[in-house]
Amino acid sequence: MNKVLKEILKYVAIFAVLFVVLFCTDKLLRKKYMTSELEGAMVEEYYDNIGNNEVVFVGDCEVYENFSPITMWEKYGITSYIRGSAQQLVWQSYYLLKETFEYEVPKVAVFNVLSLKYNTPQKEGYNRMTLDGMKMSAIKLEAIEASMTEDEELISYIIPFIKFHKRWSELSEEDFIYWFKNDKVTVNGYLMRADVKPVDYLADYYEENGKVSLTYDELVKICRGTPNRYDSSKDFGENAMKYLDMMTELCKENGVELVLLKSPSIEPYWYPEWDKCIEDYATANDLLYINMLDSLNEMEIDFLTDTYDQGLHLNVYGAEKAADWLGKKLTENFTLTDYRNNEEVSKNWKEKSDFYYDMKADQEAEFAEKGYLEKFKKTDITGKN
Amino acid sequence: MSFTSYEFIAFMLLVMILYYVLPKKCQWPLLLVASYIFYAAASPYYLIFIAATTVSTYLVSLPLSSLHKTQKLYLKENKANMSKEEKKAYKASIKKKQWRWLLLCLFFNFGILGVLKYTNFAIANVNGIFNTSFAFQNIILPMGISFYTFQTMGYIIDVYRGQVEAEKNPFKLALFVSFFPQLVQGPISRFSQLAPTLFAEKKYDHKTVSFGLQRILWGYFKKVIIADRLLVAVQEIISQPNEYTGIFVVVGMVFYAAELYADFTGGIDITIGIAEVMGIKMPENFERPYFSKNIAEYWRRWHITMGTWFKDYIFYPISVCQPMLKFSTKCRKVFGDNIGKRIPVYVSTIFVWFVTGVWHGASWNFIMWGTFNGIIIMISQELEPVYAWFHSKFNVDKKLWFNVFRIVRTFFLMCSLRIFDCYRDVLTAFKMFGSIFTDWNLPELFNGSLMNLGLTMGDYVVLIVAITILFIASLLGRHELVREKLARKNIAVRYLAYVAIIVAILVFGAYGPDFDPAAFIYGQF
Repeated sequence: MNKVLKEILKYVAIFAVLFVVLFCTDKLLRKKYMTSELEGAMVEEYYDNIGNNEVVFVGDCEVYENFSPITMWEKYGITSYIRGSAQQLVWQSYYLLKETFEYEVPKVAVFNVLSLKYNTPQKEGYNRMTLDGMKMSAIKLEAIEASMTEDEELISYIIPFIKFHKRWSELSEEDFIYWFKNDKVTVNGYLMRADVKPVDYLADYYEENGKVSLTYDELVKICRGTPNRYDSSKDFGENAMKYLDMMTELCKENGVELVLLKSPSIEPYWYPEWDKCIEDYATANDLLYINMLDSLNEMEIDFLTDTYDQGLHLNVYGAEKAADWLGKKLTENFTLTDYRNNEEVSKNWKEKSDFYYDMKADQEAEFAEKGYLEKFKKTDITGKN
Repeated sequence: MSFTSYEFIAFMLLVMILYYVLPKKCQWPLLLVASYIFYAAASPYYLIFIAATTVSTYLVSLPLSSLHKTQKLYLKENKANMSKEEKKAYKASIKKKQWRWLLLCLFFNFGILGVLKYTNFAIANVNGIFNTSFAFQNIILPMGISFYTFQTMGYIIDVYRGQVEAEKNPFKLALFVSFFPQLVQGPISRFSQLAPTLFAEKKYDHKTVSFGLQRILWGYFKKVIIADRLLVAVQEIISQPNEYTGIFVVVGMVFYAAELYADFTGGIDITIGIAEVMGIKMPENFERPYFSKNIAEYWRRWHITMGTWFKDYIFYPISVCQPMLKFSTKCRKVFGDNIGKRIPVYVSTIFVWFVTGVWHGASWNFIMWGTFNGIIIMISQELEPVYAWFHSKFNVDKKLWFNVFRIVRTFFLMCSLRIFDCYRDVLTAFKMFGSIFTDWNLPELFNGSLMNLGLTMGDYVVLIVAITILFIASLLGRHELVREKLARKNIAVRYLAYVAIIVAILVFGAYGPDFDPAAFIYGQF
């Protein structure tokens, strides 16, 4: 018996050592997303912020960069979380929402509809940024299956080491600093940018014509020229619409109000045909559709000061304005709780606010000094959306 | 299911566990089922061919064996009544019947191999010579068909010769033909060697299992760290013969030598390791071939089971067959004893190397490669007296530097021959070999061109370290298995070595979505 026990202990010991070594190696070799491509670290942060989120956003960069949850909290007492990620596709939004409902059931789910233009899986790099951060579950596996391009392997998502083991030759200081720790990169899913890069030609236009109010289409024509003509190839695809149906169904099953949203940005161009399609869909399914492009002037978005990348995304100043406007819209349409009178929740959000304003001040100081933000230098104007 | 696929690793571990968990009488049936699942996973279509080989061999082996028994019994019973001539005539009549059975089996099975493997090669040659335009056929070559056909035909010849008794259980024969670890690239086992441990009931033995697992790890180390990493650079060089000439041909051939060795020996290590875990003993296929001092020695130490197969089943039978004996007699009469006795041997040698080339691939490259091997071996034999004179005159035979020189010379000679193995046609192969002597571009090696071959500086460092480990392991294993040496070390050193090799494979291995999974080179034969 002692001999058998000894043999077993030997195996246990070797497997324990092997496990520890592989665990540490895996942690070291994984992509960190801490000093650049911060978007990859966002999905994981949700698990530290579960509970009491009355509004949950899902979608691409048009949600995680265009709305400040702190503004919605400060102005309306709305507790919100943005489960956004870079080029989040509609099926990923669906599964993230489905996963969210496993942890908490918000009153309102906001889905940014721009991603409907993609009908098929796109790029592994973006898939990774959304999927690697999700906790392992049946939902995650379904999300992976739905997201993989032809060249990808399911097993490399289940065991990311298979993908990242080749990083041994590109390890940097970042990998060692963040070997066993993560910095917080968002404020409730909001990825802050306090730098400014105005839209081309707009300043010249204002100089010539005075600072007049412009519609979305006028803005686009001035800044980008006449958009390409719409044709049937641009119609939302069957697969994308299938997941929108599933999302609608999921929200109904869970008693969650689904809001379809078009976030404010000049590019990519939001075609009137797409707008009509979403409007019809919302009417048919009794959903609220908010196209914020129709209310740019009401929001007082100024594309000279409120964007960090010439109108693709808003910076923190624009995100605060957009959040203020949207918060008002949501409170008008739904019965949301004003948690500002709740001591426990307020205490929690005070911490978030402090973190938010510290980050804002740091970024403003860095931008004033350098003219750019170091963490975003590599990923700027990559066309992520 | 490639050996390096996740599916295969899971499959292998499952089979190993079931092998010891199930009742012992289920061990060999389990292997048969596993082997057919493994083969069917590659393509269910392949099963038709392996089943045809198994059934035909089984059906022929029974009468062959039965005729042996009949002859034995008849001669025993009629020992007293038969004259020497009658016995001889009786034996000849039996032999004739057996020969017919054997020929039937050989024609059928080599026929399958020939049609599947060489039809398009034949069409290409006919079209080339007669300016015809016969269409190429869409023929899929079943995985490992050359290996299992040779192994099975070796068995039927052994039965014919009376060296082994026919296996009466068709399922056991089916396992011998299809045993999954050796299906892809051998080694080519003999029934008499493999059967005793393949069908025996085995108890779990810690040492055997851990030795087997260590060998599997060592195989993966060679395959995914060295072979699959070098493959990128080799492909880059040989796919662009106009770009990479001169010194790059040498670099390509040296890289290919390392890749081929790591790939083939790695695969065989995995094969033998899997068998060893289950207590099955398979023949060794390599004996540090790159330490050979001449090509004949190299071929005694490289792909040993193929070499002995050709020797036992082609070279000897041809050398002693009636037409060859008559030819030998004629040669002696015409050229005298000294030269006359060698000519038949050389004819047999060239024929065997021609067949070896054909076996390796349906192209003139391989035929040239095989034939040149044979020619060089013959020249070496002819020059043997000159070498002997040189060695005794200068007393260099025992000198380390001279032996190192011979090893290096043999290595580069083999590298030169493998040029035919690599380039797309014979002309290109000759052209590239010529460029080594005409394109003096040595300085290009040091201008950063090595970094354009698809390998990074990190890859080169990994390769240098891994090949150094391989070299040291080869040196250490000259007299005793490295695993035996390791087993004597204390537990901490042992387990540290296991953990180190596993982590090295997982971290530095060329696997995963960013690497193209490379098939084993010999798997295509």
